[in-house]
Amino acid sequence: MTSGLIFGLTGIAVFAIGLFGALVMVEPLRRVLALKLCSVGAGFLLVVGAWREPPEAPDPVPHALVITGIVVMISATAVALALIRRLHMLERDTDD
Amino acid sequence: MLLDLLALALIAVGAFFFVAGTIGLLRFPDTLCRLHALTKADGLGLGLTCLGVALLAGTAGEVVRIVLIWFFVATSSAVCGHLIARHVRRAANAGGR
Amino acid sequence: MVEPLLLFDALLGLAIAALAVAVLTVHDRFAMIVLFIVFGLMSALAWVRLSAPDVALAEAAIGTGLTGALLLTTLHHIRAAPAAPVPVPGGVVVANLGLCALIFGGLAFAFLLTPLQAPGLAPAVAQNMAASGVGHPVTAVLLNFRAYDTLMEVVVLLAAIVAVWMVERGTVQAPAPVLGEIYRGFSRLALPAIVVIGSYLLWVGAQAPGGAFQGGAVLAAVGLLLLLGRLYRPQPAHRPFARAGFVLGTAVFAGVALLVAGGGRLPFEYPAAHAKTLILLIEGMVTISIAVTLAALFHGREPEAVPVSEKSE
Repeated sequence: MTSGLIFGLTGIAVFAIGLFGALVMVEPLRRVLALKLCSVGAGFLLVVGAWREPPEAPDPVPHALVITGIVVMISATAVALALIRRLHMLERDTDD
Repeated sequence: MLLDLLALALIAVGAFFFVAGTIGLLRFPDTLCRLHALTKADGLGLGLTCLGVALLAGTAGEVVRIVLIWFFVATSSAVCGHLIARHVRRAANAGGR
Repeated sequence: MVEPLLLFDALLGLAIAALAVAVLTVHDRFAMIVLFIVFGLMSALAWVRLSAPDVALAEAAIGTGLTGALLLTTLHHIRAAPAAPVPVPGGVVVANLGLCALIFGGLAFAFLLTPLQAPGLAPAVAQNMAASGVGHPVTAVLLNFRAYDTLMEVVVLLAAIVAVWMVERGTVQAPAPVLGEIYRGFSRLALPAIVVIGSYLLWVGAQAPGGAFQGGAVLAAVGLLLLLGRLYRPQPAHRPFARAGFVLGTAVFAGVALLVAGGGRLPFEYPAAHAKTLILLIEGMVTISIAVTLAALFHGREPEAVPVSEKSE
């Protein structure tokens, strides 16, 4: 039992929960959040794959990849949210 | 050793106040009561925890950083509490809940 | 002495998984976003436990703080929408639940059977650290060894702001709430501190956890505070400056790569004597771009000739 094992399983669980949400949820905002959960879970799995017990230095390459992933994810989230806002306006205009 | 024990006691008491504040958040009936529990109990818990951690810090630079963290978390949580309370009052005046 | 920390890890892992479930199941959309922010902070704590402080900083500042701000401002704009729940057929839910349980089981099975002590790329990074120009391995990977990835990441950020400006062109947004004098006083107090912290994160990134992305995200918070307190209102005349800010990082990054390539080397094979200077130059410019772009993503709509307030109902 190590920290890597615990957070690896946590990451897989969060990924599966997020995937379920992205497939089943109807609300667009909740779907975006579900995909964000997926990305966090995937990041955990990536870093845990290279995890070492603390005295050893961790592998920096997956860390850099996950940081890149976080920045790409906020870009994707921002575009998705802009589309949601636009969709909301179009729906409101057709309702009037 | 004595310093370690003192720090441990301070952090434990701080954690107790955080737990108390969280119970208040979960059990109190409306937003203003919950804010009352959170802002006061957590403010004290934060101060005690920071004090305990500062006793364990190795260098003066770390102590300065902990004090800065305490200052900014304390002010921003006070401002957050103010903003939430203000919003509640405006919503009530506007005939909302 | 290891046991209590493992207990802490187990509790933290359980809390993270439970918060993920809560984000998807809670009814109120505001509570959903708040729970997501708590989820992000808990995962930042987990990154610290995995000895990945750089990722923890990025997760807390970008993945949680700024993403939370984006989600909340979007909720403010679409608040009027009655969240009409369209019922999903039970069969679909059960089928997807089964599918995701299968995926969880399969991944967990593969994960538990994989030997996790493979050497990885850490020795290769450690061997070449002396030639990288910086003292922190993650920064060396981001800006030297795998600089192509980072260049593309900056381009993705640029594409995002272009897309957001295009999508929201000509729309009218709900007016922002007025936050009052105490908030303004607080932002006057906090702004200089945030600028110092952001610059410190950028500077310290060469030797310790920190760097362009974390520093840029913290500096973007300056833009958020200014926009929320209406201390700065974007004007159409400011668009050229904003555009220059968006492309600055990409332009300098690509320009350095082309200059290096022009000297008969590979694009990111910096001359050893100038590596630190070049990396700091790129990091500084990328930080400015990230800060401006993230703040603009928060503001959303491009500032256009018709002021928002005149057309609001």
